[in-house]
Amino acid sequence: MSFSWAKPYEPKHPFMRWLDDRLPLPRLVYGAVGGGYPVPRNLNYWWNFGFTAAIFLAIQIVTGIVLAMHYYATADGAFNSVNQHIMRDVNAGWLLRYAHMNGASFFFIAVYIHIFRGLYYGSYKAPRELVWMLGLVIYLLMMATAFMGYVLPWGQMSYWGAQVITGFFSAFPVVGEPIRIWLLGGYAPDQAALNRFFSLHYLLPFVIAAVVILHIWALHIPGSGNPTGVDVKDERDTLPFHPFYTAKDGWFVGLLLLIYAIVTFFAPNYLGHPDNYIPANPLATPAEIVPEWYFWPFYAILRSFTFDFILPAKLWGVLAMFSSILLLFFLPWLDKSPVRSGSYRPVFKRFFWLLVIDVVLLGWAGGGAPTPFRNAIGQICAAYYFLHFLLILPLVSAFETPLPLPKSITDSVLHGEEAKAAPAGTKPRRAKTATAVVE
Amino acid sequence: MATARSAEGSTSSDSGGEGVRRRDFLNVAAVSFAGVGAVAALAPLFVQMSPSQDVLALATTEVDISKVQTGQGIKAQWRKQPVFIRNLTPKEIQEADAVPLSSLRDPETLAERTKPGKKNWLITLGVCTHLGCVPLGIGEGENKGPYGGYFCPCHGSQYDTAARIRAGPAPKNLFVPDYQFTSPTTVTIGAKG
Repeated sequence: MSFSWAKPYEPKHPFMRWLDDRLPLPRLVYGAVGGGYPVPRNLNYWWNFGFTAAIFLAIQIVTGIVLAMHYYATADGAFNSVNQHIMRDVNAGWLLRYAHMNGASFFFIAVYIHIFRGLYYGSYKAPRELVWMLGLVIYLLMMATAFMGYVLPWGQMSYWGAQVITGFFSAFPVVGEPIRIWLLGGYAPDQAALNRFFSLHYLLPFVIAAVVILHIWALHIPGSGNPTGVDVKDERDTLPFHPFYTAKDGWFVGLLLLIYAIVTFFAPNYLGHPDNYIPANPLATPAEIVPEWYFWPFYAILRSFTFDFILPAKLWGVLAMFSSILLLFFLPWLDKSPVRSGSYRPVFKRFFWLLVIDVVLLGWAGGGAPTPFRNAIGQICAAYYFLHFLLILPLVSAFETPLPLPKSITDSVLHGEEAKAAPAGTKPRRAKTATAVVE
Repeated sequence: MATARSAEGSTSSDSGGEGVRRRDFLNVAAVSFAGVGAVAALAPLFVQMSPSQDVLALATTEVDISKVQTGQGIKAQWRKQPVFIRNLTPKEIQEADAVPLSSLRDPETLAERTKPGKKNWLITLGVCTHLGCVPLGIGEGENKGPYGGYFCPCHGSQYDTAARIRAGPAPKNLFVPDYQFTSPTTVTIGAKG
């Protein structure tokens, strides 16, 4: 798709030739994730998380479809259908439920690393702006899906999560409260809300899968980025996706699945909140109510507005929380530096790591009970988050002097190490070494 | 990567002789290991469809038959399936015994289909062996069919007073489940004995 030297699909078996003439599906796969997709040869491990995220999406869809065969979305039956029926009666139900529950966390872990990879290496810059924006759409859909999925077991955290999140909409003047009631189909979460959340929780993963296809499609037009941020110049800079990156992605996914299996089997409730094992009670909110860990930073931003300033504090919190993500859609135009990779941007690099610390601190601030100290940290970090994107990033990209970029990807890989990289027993010859690898 | 590729190209130390390269072996071993893992992961996706523990817990059902007079029948439920419990009249028993076995599609005597000394208690599933409809004939005034037993309204299978198939598309007699008389007036369906 992207480079002139991409190997064309050449079916050998007569049946495959017959099929290719009629339905070139194998050709599509070959060009997308096969030998026909040339990928920069210098990708590091941070580039493994896109593939990993796709695997976790698949795990979530498969376990989710199966769980839906045993779950009942009724206000009086949902809690028992998950915590009694699925966990105790359904064959392997405990495994499927825990796999789905922790699969969501691992999906977010993979996606967060994938997003920060993009932030560091400037993956949002031209010509990959749409890849970045489609990724953000996927992320927003994931958040909606995860939230609605968390409501389904109908425990205390499910119930009050539904109450609080739909309460966001009531922050908007005049139309807010009617919108909230419309979303819930009632005045508080109940049968109507549970049923529609179940329906949408089943639908959205397929929408995510569709946007993932667009994401990959848009990516394959310019081709994958790489840690130097330097464009691919010729065939020596790339390797075919298969077998090189299928092998690397494959073993890396194996490693992550190992960690996933350890958590699922030995600490399945570590990432969850124990109060969700209490059935939903519309008359009492749990003493400490926090969302799942992957929403903590946003929860901290929501809580950081404690006083009215022109608009009510409640509205500020909701607006800030939504704009913290919507902001990222403008990133390609906020960061105008022509250098993509943070490795060659000394000032940017420092601020990047400051942002990582800031988001981790936001997570800490959002994950605990709102004490004055925690709130103060949350407020400072929330302010810094916006400062980073709206002020620091444009200024840095205007004033920073980047380091000299390598002449090419090949050049950056073989910087003075030709001797080591050359085939055994041969004299180092720069160009030949690289082509030998491609063959 | 260049070094790895070149090492594989050299024939002396790495090749396992007979044309099988070390790299090929590792490749096959790694991919098959992943394949075995993937197949193992399919097991829970498969077994989750079989009856869950709460369904299996309904394996036996106790039915009180003290109120069933001669010539009457009742419908009970066992594993969510209808069970016909019929107290046959002496005339019905006689009719069933008079049929020569050779004329039956699924040859069985009434004695084989009931418990010793309880020949009047005919207990069968109320599930037509053709395609699973519930035959008529157990309720008062229902069509018992030309053989005086059961008549399936779906495709016209006709059963006799021992619930044996006599005419129509069904291949087998109505199924006799495991059951036990736990007291003179109680029968436990699903219990072996």
